[in-house]
Amino acid sequence: MTPDALRQRLAALLPGAKPFPADAARGEVVILLGADGLEEALRTLRDHPELRLEQLSDLTAVDYLGRTPRFEVVYQLHSISLNHRVRVKVPVPEDQPVVPSAAGIWKAANWAEREAWDMFGIRFAGHPDLRRILMYPEFQGHPLRKDYQVLHRQPLVPERDPIGSPWAPRTPTR
Amino acid sequence: MATGPGSLTPRRFVAPDPTDEVMEIQMGPSHPASHGTIKFNLRLDGETIVDVDVEIGYLHRGFEKMCEQGTWNHVFPYADRLNYASPLLNNVGFALAVEKLAGITPPERCQYIRVIGGEISRVTDHLTCLGMASSELGAISAAFYMLEAREFLYDLVEALTGARLTVTYCRLGGVMKDLPADMKARTEVALRQVRRVLADCDRLLSRNRIFLDRMTGIGGLSAEEAISWGLSGPLLRACGVAYDVRKANPYLVYDRLDFEVPTGTTGDNYDRFMVRMAEMEQSMRIIEQALAQIPDGPIMVNDPRFVLPPKSEVYNSIEGLMNHFKLVIEGQKVPAGEVYVASEGGNGELGFYLVSDGSGRPYRVRVRPPSFYGMGAVGDMLRGCMLADIIPTFGQVNMIGGECDH
Repeated sequence: MTPDALRQRLAALLPGAKPFPADAARGEVVILLGADGLEEALRTLRDHPELRLEQLSDLTAVDYLGRTPRFEVVYQLHSISLNHRVRVKVPVPEDQPVVPSAAGIWKAANWAEREAWDMFGIRFAGHPDLRRILMYPEFQGHPLRKDYQVLHRQPLVPERDPIGSPWAPRTPTR
Repeated sequence: MATGPGSLTPRRFVAPDPTDEVMEIQMGPSHPASHGTIKFNLRLDGETIVDVDVEIGYLHRGFEKMCEQGTWNHVFPYADRLNYASPLLNNVGFALAVEKLAGITPPERCQYIRVIGGEISRVTDHLTCLGMASSELGAISAAFYMLEAREFLYDLVEALTGARLTVTYCRLGGVMKDLPADMKARTEVALRQVRRVLADCDRLLSRNRIFLDRMTGIGGLSAEEAISWGLSGPLLRACGVAYDVRKANPYLVYDRLDFEVPTGTTGDNYDRFMVRMAEMEQSMRIIEQALAQIPDGPIMVNDPRFVLPPKSEVYNSIEGLMNHFKLVIEGQKVPAGEVYVASEGGNGELGFYLVSDGSGRPYRVRVRPPSFYGMGAVGDMLRGCMLADIIPTFGQVNMIGGECDH
């Protein structure tokens, strides 16, 4: 399917989808979706026989500080069988940064959503185990936000019990 | 439940015997077999793994945050340090992404040079992975042979870029310098040595009973699971999915080169090993063809918006000096927009998602590290296997700390 045909099919199949200007995306297929009904839309993208986006290549977020809504969660979807890619962008407001989790749709979303939570503080509702992944549990703030200063220092954390069980109590996510 | 050597019964786990005590141990973060620092929090029933929690992040250096601080060209040295077993491939991957965003195409000679450098790096990446993985299984001589072969290739990389590891070779719109004059002769000698070593290692390992017992039927995933986990590269091809970015969406000049995409059938560790062995031969074929086809010509685009002027102009003309100053201080003004560009890295699909706001600095640089997703799937690969199976599985996933923890 050509990118133009793919854009048209996406607009027909996903009623809430807004196409992103093609020139700003350098010809790549990008759609904007709302957080409401996102799970269903992502399932359509994965399962529809004309789309078959069976792989989540990557999931990340971008912080557009000063813009409303402030964040965007970005899904890079990839169909190995049909050899095309679709990028899905979901705007997320600053005061309620919650997106439904895609971990039940693509397993790759499990770690990728943990990273987006860790780096941007975006929560993924329904994620089985939303913990920090790259930073340590006591870390304060979310380092890839634009208002996190590069030279910001973190408080010292108390020494951990070296033999204590790593499984027991998991830090609850805020 | 544990299967015998060579058997390919899936080992996905059923609940542990309720009368047995489940033991919790932590493996790592400093373990001789975990190249890079990583921690496995294990729950064991006897020696059988009930559950694994993989902890990463020990090598997190804030790659993405640091990229936002400098200009676009400042990212190349950071990109080297992502996958330090194949730095040139990261360099090329990032250069391709920025060039798509900037709308420039490097000259043909530059594209061939990138292919040659990248494929040399792919062989060093696979040699590092397989050498280390076999040494962890006791095949220390095979490891030393492979490291010897890697040295021949590192010599080539050094002749090409001036450095063995921290190459910083690509630039926006080209490469730093041309091939050395005797590159073809040097490469012939080096590849002959590498082929000799690989034939030795193939004889030592591929049909070795001990090696087979440790590798076959361990850590396998089905193709559907592998796709769902976001695996790519040798891990996905070992499951029988012939997906290679170089074939599916040819970039640079890969569409003019003849190579095959080796695949496995069961997706276990032995298949991953064999896929990587076969890929090295294909990469060497690519290098030979590219060296035979490479045309003469410039190695950088001639575009003063993105490329530093030659030093003679900087020192002898005011325009050259101003251009140089603007590019160094303000950076290249890459037009606003966003791209996601995937290229075939050593471990799989290396993607860069870039957002530019039109200023001289990247607004957002996101790397899609292939081994991050590989490590995500390790829990599923290991559940139901034995404690000792962690070592070959982890070795074949080829987690590179710099890339996984970015």
